[in-house]
Amino acid sequence: MITLQKPIPTVPQPMAKPRRQAGEIGIVGAILIAISVVFLALFIVVPVISVFYFAFQDGMRGYIAALQDSDAVAAIRLTLLVAAIAVPLNVFFGLVGAWAIGKFRFPGRGLLLSLIELPIAVSPVVAGLIYVMLLGIHGVFGSFIDRHNIQIIFATPGIVLATIFVTFPFALRVMVPLMEAMGDNEEQAAIVLGASGLKTFFRVTAPNIKWGILYGVVLTNARAMGEFGAVSVVSGHIAGVTNTIPLQVETYYQNYNDVGAFALSSLLTLLAIVTLVAKNIMEAG
Amino acid sequence: MSSAIRLPRRVLPGFGLTLGYTVLYLSVIVLIPMSTLLFKSFTLSWTQVRSTLSDPEVVAAFRLSFGASAVAAVLDAIFGLIIAWSLARYRFFGRRLMDAIIDVPFALPTAVAGIVLTNLFSENGLYGHVLLKYGIKIAYTPAGIVTALLFIGLPFVVRTVQPVIEDLERDVEEAAEGLGANRLQVLLRILLPSIFPSLLTGFALAFARGVGEYGSIVFISGNLPFKTEIVPFLIVSKLQQFQDPTAYAQATTIAVAMLAASLLILGLINFLQWWRTRSQ
Repeated sequence: MITLQKPIPTVPQPMAKPRRQAGEIGIVGAILIAISVVFLALFIVVPVISVFYFAFQDGMRGYIAALQDSDAVAAIRLTLLVAAIAVPLNVFFGLVGAWAIGKFRFPGRGLLLSLIELPIAVSPVVAGLIYVMLLGIHGVFGSFIDRHNIQIIFATPGIVLATIFVTFPFALRVMVPLMEAMGDNEEQAAIVLGASGLKTFFRVTAPNIKWGILYGVVLTNARAMGEFGAVSVVSGHIAGVTNTIPLQVETYYQNYNDVGAFALSSLLTLLAIVTLVAKNIMEAG
Repeated sequence: MSSAIRLPRRVLPGFGLTLGYTVLYLSVIVLIPMSTLLFKSFTLSWTQVRSTLSDPEVVAAFRLSFGASAVAAVLDAIFGLIIAWSLARYRFFGRRLMDAIIDVPFALPTAVAGIVLTNLFSENGLYGHVLLKYGIKIAYTPAGIVTALLFIGLPFVVRTVQPVIEDLERDVEEAAEGLGANRLQVLLRILLPSIFPSLLTGFALAFARGVGEYGSIVFISGNLPFKTEIVPFLIVSKLQQFQDPTAYAQATTIAVAMLAASLLILGLINFLQWWRTRSQ
């Protein structure tokens, strides 16, 4: 095609002041960066390092002894169990939902996304309370639950449900933009060439968004293992029985066992660091 | 927008199945449990609701939760804007690392943040003992609540504002400067109007998160009624008062009020986002 318009001549710089190149740092820039660095050092870097400092204040031996305490071991075991149920369910939902929302346009799509994101807007304490209302002794199904002697609230099932609720949208929120960005040309080609839907998903879609799936798993897992407010409401707070890692951290901290509290916290902090590394891998690849 | 719109509909299989499962799972985990709370709230008597919500302790907790969240969100907006600007506009040593650690408050469990900030800001802590020399007490005061919320809310502002600054057209600024505008005019007339909607969204997100926050606050606040007791803590403590038969209904009432507030803020955030996409 022939362009009819002549290229517009670039406007000469009328000001004597030379334009700064993009990325060049002036005095204002240096001040802004300094404020940022100091702020982040004080509020993020020092607190993260402090977790390990407090955990190791009695040395390596104290740290290991704290993690071998029977209540700590029980808390770790319960947390792993809860995550082992909640994470696969929510990641599977994330994949299924992201397929429907990311690959298709349909009326009510925006509303559906908003409803899925509701748990993020709800206070964790209210999230826990909702399940107490539903499944506790005074709750809607209270008489049924009482009659059949099923323990949900103040027991492991309640903790699992509350954890599923609070980590519900995370995997889906990671995967929807990736599914959208990928488009569906490759999947269409696979379908046209005779591949089944599932085969298309596993051979075409999944490899394309594999880092997103990994980050979805890691993020959901970190959130599941670290949840405090919602789990706090539905747990019976019994050390060694219904205390997850964050609840056991609270118990230790309130009993002035700083090494115990921070030793368990250091595990969750490592998990948070792994999560951020996974996020950066996803964004890079 | 993805290419899915232009292509003939439903070439890809599984729409009905995946959408059906999504709606089913959403209903079982979120919608049905949440409607229970609504249903329960209808069984409360109006006088009971009124007496609960006008109880001075409850009023004080609401005032504190919303006040501290607002103060923290304003501080987050200020520092978040500075950090987002630094990350988006300049290239300097350590920028990638700085960019990565912004999300720490999002990934770190709230209870961990709570106890470490409490230790740092208590009177014999690393920060607390320095601040005490100037007569400032953070831990076990409302300032401690603001401090914890400042930590929690920061990524919401940075991650909302940063992409907007990155997308700003440098040409417009340069054109304005070329036409004789000074730096202040460029800032006030060009930059702030473009950034402001996203900054407001970030503020609202940080505020919404702050109002419901529990884990990072309960350790540093001390939870003194009328002084440092936040609404989520009040709900938890009401639930633990087994001997008081009305405590359960009170907790429900407070939770419904809080949920209504959260949904209102959520609606506002959605409106802000709609406004942003429209103005672009």
